[in-house]
Amino acid sequence: MREVFRVTASIRYLRLPLLGMLMALAMPAQATDLAAVTSTLPWWFWPLALFVTCFFIGIVAVPAGIGGGTLFVPIIGGFFPFHLDFVRGAGLMVALASALAAGPMLLRGGLSSLRLALPLALLASMSSIAGAVLGLAMPASLVQIALGVIILGIVALMLASKKSEFPVVAQPDRLSSVLQIHGVFIDGASGRTINWQVHRTPMGLVLFLLIGVMAGMFGIGAGWANVPALNLLMGAPLKVSAGTSGLVLSLVDSSAAWVYLNRGAVLPMIAVPSVIGMMLGAHIGARLLNVLKGSVIRKLVIALLLFAGIRAFLKGSGIWV
Amino acid sequence: MSDLKSPAAPASDPIVQHAEALRYARLLGWGTRLGIALLVCSFAVYVFGLLPPQVPLDQLPRVWNQPVAIYLQLTGAPTGWNWLALATKGDFINMIGIAVLAGCSIPPLLAVIPQFLKRRDIAYAVICALIAGVLVLAASGVLTAGH
Repeated sequence: MREVFRVTASIRYLRLPLLGMLMALAMPAQATDLAAVTSTLPWWFWPLALFVTCFFIGIVAVPAGIGGGTLFVPIIGGFFPFHLDFVRGAGLMVALASALAAGPMLLRGGLSSLRLALPLALLASMSSIAGAVLGLAMPASLVQIALGVIILGIVALMLASKKSEFPVVAQPDRLSSVLQIHGVFIDGASGRTINWQVHRTPMGLVLFLLIGVMAGMFGIGAGWANVPALNLLMGAPLKVSAGTSGLVLSLVDSSAAWVYLNRGAVLPMIAVPSVIGMMLGAHIGARLLNVLKGSVIRKLVIALLLFAGIRAFLKGSGIWV
Repeated sequence: MSDLKSPAAPASDPIVQHAEALRYARLLGWGTRLGIALLVCSFAVYVFGLLPPQVPLDQLPRVWNQPVAIYLQLTGAPTGWNWLALATKGDFINMIGIAVLAGCSIPPLLAVIPQFLKRRDIAYAVICALIAGVLVLAASGVLTAGH
């Protein structure tokens, strides 16, 4: 118990330095315009800063139940001197690597369903290509404004959305019956065997088409949207929704990432330290899952997203460049 | 719930999963580990200057703030799969690990098709083939050519 209080307190103390660090990183970016912010710091400072920032994002992303990519793009896009094209390319790689790292374990443990993920991933991966092509064709300022609006929407969703651990699905819909989308998993917390099925599959498919477009356009992954869609709309248990979301992400981000790769928008100097930092941080975050207080982390993430969302909006509007 | 496998696990914590899901997980795990290992090694080669990069490290801050189209013009960096010709450069050697990570879902998708067909689960065999097709199409660069 004492351990929980100690870690909770340390996270509270972490909040101000984290926000302060982001403010400090934004300083060199204030002198010039959106498209051509040139850093006066040596080249090695930025990959190092990326690694450290992504390490912290990785730590808080897991307990907050949000994908690293969702935090990565607004924070790095808002406070680092890289063009948004490269930030989105790296963001997709970060989201992809995180989803791939967790995917096999969740699938083996029955917390991720191949039968649920594949039909949704088919439509979302197709639309994510369209989103990526569209996003790379749009002016950076417009993408930045839209990103700010989306991030503020995610904050609203995080504040307002309710979660249902085991939603009641009285009757599966016809499509999910035909595709035999159902499963069994053992809930680790209660030790119960949970049989689950889903409903509203056609509506879910349409929603995943839209989610794919956003994932490709903004490079933010889509865990924030996948989980509520699977859990609240389709009625999958919360843990199965979170696990299956990772599997869907691994396919959706993969197809969008190829678009950025082929356009030359994935810079190793930005993508690699971000991926490694995020994966190490997520590893620590997963280990701290039982000692960190989820609600405190969630508030910290909401505060970070709120700040980064406002920053993205103001940067895109030319008010705070 | 036919064709279920229970991999080695304590009797008090049984794990139930389809055979194709286990095969998918195994192959995805291998691909991910390979991609991450390649990424870490190639990045070390890059930052420690073991291979000369196409874009000098100290020049990067002048170009990474530009839109990708201008960055490509300024640096002469290739698009599509043309980076393969520069894979001996410190920066482009990293693209191998990145491409492995971006493509490591394709082998598991193809590998589970025979298992779905064996169970006469035609719908899922087709879905897997279609997703693999979408990923191959995206990877080919056909959809982004001409920009």
